[in-house]
Amino acid sequence: MKPIPEEKILYETVVSGGWNFSRIVRRGRTLRITDLEGGGNASALFYNADNYAERYNMGDTMKIQHISSLFKNACIYSDMGRVLMSITDSTSDWHDVICGVTYREDLLQRFGTKTYQDAHNGFYRSGFDSLTVELAKYGMTKRDFTNVVNFFAKTDIDADGNMTFVADASPAGSYVDLRAEMDTLVILDAGMHPLNPSSEYVAKPVGITLYESEPAAADDPCRMLCPENQRGFENSETYYL
Amino acid sequence: MSELKESTLVEENARLSETVPAGEYWMKEVKKGEILRITDLEGNQAADTLFFNANNTEERYHANNTLRMQNNVYIKLGTEIRSNENNVMMKVVADTCGRHDTLGSACSCESNTSRYAHEKRYMHSCRDTFLQGILDWGQGMDKRDQVCNINFFMNVPVDPEGGSKFSDGISGAGKYVEMEAMMDTVVFVSNCPQLNNPCNGYDPTPVQMTIWDNGN
Repeated sequence: MKPIPEEKILYETVVSGGWNFSRIVRRGRTLRITDLEGGGNASALFYNADNYAERYNMGDTMKIQHISSLFKNACIYSDMGRVLMSITDSTSDWHDVICGVTYREDLLQRFGTKTYQDAHNGFYRSGFDSLTVELAKYGMTKRDFTNVVNFFAKTDIDADGNMTFVADASPAGSYVDLRAEMDTLVILDAGMHPLNPSSEYVAKPVGITLYESEPAAADDPCRMLCPENQRGFENSETYYL
Repeated sequence: MSELKESTLVEENARLSETVPAGEYWMKEVKKGEILRITDLEGNQAADTLFFNANNTEERYHANNTLRMQNNVYIKLGTEIRSNENNVMMKVVADTCGRHDTLGSACSCESNTSRYAHEKRYMHSCRDTFLQGILDWGQGMDKRDQVCNINFFMNVPVDPEGGSKFSDGISGAGKYVEMEAMMDTVVFVSNCPQLNNPCNGYDPTPVQMTIWDNGN
């Protein structure tokens, strides 16, 4: 793991498996998410912190960069042609943008009930419920639940488009660094990936480290990934003039 | 490419049939049990489409759920079109095209500045059409209701290395897709005016919207 100088670290926490987290990441700072035990998954939603009507757009993120997964140097686009966050480092070569999250009925069918009454903080909560509850704390509703990025999750996609979950894609200590190019509200759930075929409910913790980073230089690898990203960065920079 | 299936429905029995020119929107309720056909009249057009629960528009089309539940990244014959609540809204019951996209979403003035050039801001886009429709429809809808949509007749293949591209269309004049409504659904089409992408030969064309009622 690439170390972060101690004096740059602003905040650290651990999100328990199956639980959610949110915070605003200010422009120029970086959010590191770490798969502490391996086999984890972090489902995330992204919004412009000053205008929640501007939010992560799956389609734009994929078509602007000609990609179908996220990896080092790729960017997370808003629906306004701007880069919200850029992936300055990643030990994983594939973060899933296609599969979304679990729902209450999925968990019920696969694992049976495990209520709070029975299991206290070990109860099953679906990714959809977890993320929308956190969204509601910002005044948003189920209609604001858009598409998610599943960090640390990989699916194989064959020529006919069939998807297969790749086990062991994320060893312990895997991490991804998300540099904010705009003030970004990140809503996150450390929940089970919906295509994880495990016979047991998977709840793995993820580490969160917020640290001071440098603004993207003129030759920044995320900016230079493709000509489209150069214009996307310009759009983010123009927004803050 | 997936299985193709022709429809047995005939135009004369339809309760509604309307042409939507490129760059315009079409927003109508399709009742549970009714069949909706979208026809690519001249070929290689993209019909960008959203779906809302007609009785509660907070429930709407959701791409991740639609793809995950079928374990496949393309819209095709048999696809169940899912909502943000993971309920089935519509089901594809006939298809003469073979592949439709929901990964690329709609073009917008703003995304065009990144995709093509800053000055492309000043060209008509699908998402401006959607916003015009949302404003005209009223009933409390706003930009937050404009989520990632289905692009009927678009071919956006993904590759095992994590890439994707807009490929030449596999649609042609007269090809169509038919869906049965599994709930009362507001169907909202923005017929794409995109002039920067070779997928439609730089020539946006009309689509036909046809609805048959329960008794066909």
